[in-house]
Amino acid sequence: MNIAVCVKQIPDPAAPQSFDSSNNLNRSGKLILDEADTYGVEMALQLVDKAGGGEVTVVSMGSAADVAGLRTALAMGATKAVIVSDDSLRGSDALSTAKVLAAVLKRESFDLILAATESSDGYTGTTPVQVAELLGLPSITFAKAVAIDASTVKVSRQTEEGYDEVAARLPALVTVTAGVVEPRYSSFKGIMAAKSKPLETLSVADLGLEGQVGAAGAREEIVSVVASESRQAGEKYVDEGDGAEKVVSFLESIKVL
Amino acid sequence: MTLSTLWVLAEPSSGSFSSTSLELLSHARTLATTVEAVTWGEGGSFAGLAGEYGASTLYDVGDLAGALPGVPVAHAIEALIAGHGAPDAILIPASYDGRDVAGRLSARLDRPVLTNVTGLVDDGGLLTEHPVFGGSQTVTAKFTGEGPGLIVVRAKSFAPEPSGGPAATVVAAPAGDTGAAGTAVIETSHVEERTGPKLEDATVVVSGGRGLGEASAFALIEELAKLLHGAAGASRAIVDAGWVPYSHQVGQTGKTVKPLVYIACGISGATQHMVGMKGSKNIVAINKDSEAPIFQIADLGIVGDVHTVLPALIEALKARS
Repeated sequence: MNIAVCVKQIPDPAAPQSFDSSNNLNRSGKLILDEADTYGVEMALQLVDKAGGGEVTVVSMGSAADVAGLRTALAMGATKAVIVSDDSLRGSDALSTAKVLAAVLKRESFDLILAATESSDGYTGTTPVQVAELLGLPSITFAKAVAIDASTVKVSRQTEEGYDEVAARLPALVTVTAGVVEPRYSSFKGIMAAKSKPLETLSVADLGLEGQVGAAGAREEIVSVVASESRQAGEKYVDEGDGAEKVVSFLESIKVL
Repeated sequence: MTLSTLWVLAEPSSGSFSSTSLELLSHARTLATTVEAVTWGEGGSFAGLAGEYGASTLYDVGDLAGALPGVPVAHAIEALIAGHGAPDAILIPASYDGRDVAGRLSARLDRPVLTNVTGLVDDGGLLTEHPVFGGSQTVTAKFTGEGPGLIVVRAKSFAPEPSGGPAATVVAAPAGDTGAAGTAVIETSHVEERTGPKLEDATVVVSGGRGLGEASAFALIEELAKLLHGAAGASRAIVDAGWVPYSHQVGQTGKTVKPLVYIACGISGATQHMVGMKGSKNIVAINKDSEAPIFQIADLGIVGDVHTVLPALIEALKARS
């Protein structure tokens, strides 16, 4: 069982976000593995274990100046990592990103491709399905449980009202929600081992995608960025046993009571 | 009006179109001369509803035989474009299936997709508005290449308003062969029971977060919601922790709610959460941490422990009834 996990290195979500001068998300600071991706990595490791062996490959696109995020995935237990890093990829939209990831995934034969439902910085949420379409694979999004049964992947998929049990033939792509599994902490041994695991850096030319991806391939542009109308904070009280009373009065004032 | 035709993905949802679909049909009428809808499954029998909200044609992909909608609906739309020409843009609800259709269609047509849209403006061309950084800023964007642009719109971005139009003309729009990609099939569906109004329709929403301390304390949220004839919601943190089902989640990756009053209990106010509830008419926040970001948008903030404030509030409400 060979599984690929699409991951993204993102700026620390706890730090304030901003745009750079070209209205791209500012990613100049330290990059970490998107927490949303740790669930996919963990799920892949568990599925490979259950299948009795195989490789987990993490695939990413973005700056390779800092690969600490990929090392995190390797320290968790992934076998190897591939990152496509190229100046021409700045300003890539979701479809460009999908074309790049699909080109990498095509180089090997994977039984299953996992991804998060969306990244925690851009949260477009369409890239994985675009990848599946480019590869001609079935996809099941919003998985809250994943199991492999011979040549079929079985997924509990979130719905508006509960969940569906969905099955697809392998190879397939599945996006997992946070909470699908509990990501492991890397052991000291894992962290040390990660330092010598294969980490391949590819360019757009390596994939034969020159001129098709990145800003060159983006067909949308930002017209303006303005501060939204903000809500004003109202009254704030420290509860001194009268907190509930204050809430009741407020609910009366807006005629909920 | 500078746009000639908009298509709206009209998602069937328990005997109707989803509320976001109706919102999109309503708003599309103000932007384009012709509005047409694309649906599947039971949606094919809602020609009256589609017309009432302004669609002149209802393209019906038909029964999907259990397949997840993403692949067959994208195939059908691609065939419609080949046969009827492309609309200026396709508006798609930001739902599970809507996002699947958008991604599939984007790759099949080689057209970009703009997501998390909360506003659409006709400015001699279509502009899309996107809240970013927890809604503190708004990005306005537009497509620059050949259409149709694919636009994924968040729930409750527009008001649903019937136009009283005649029933739409139903036109069959079969998906054809979807190959290996179309093999994802729904085997069984499970509906999680909940009582009271739906989260997205409730006039009162009481939500709980990590500050509740443990899963069992969510009972306080449910009891308060019930006393106020409202619905119980949750932050992503406690959904991820498995305390409550995902169907309760309010926020970026959950539901968007705009109730008359939103009562946030033990919720700090991560941007991910605020995006889903900051459109509420009134916001009440109860949180131990006086510096919690939620207080910056609360009309009434109580700095206190939910474990003492909520039981007192529940008692006070019981005493009144």
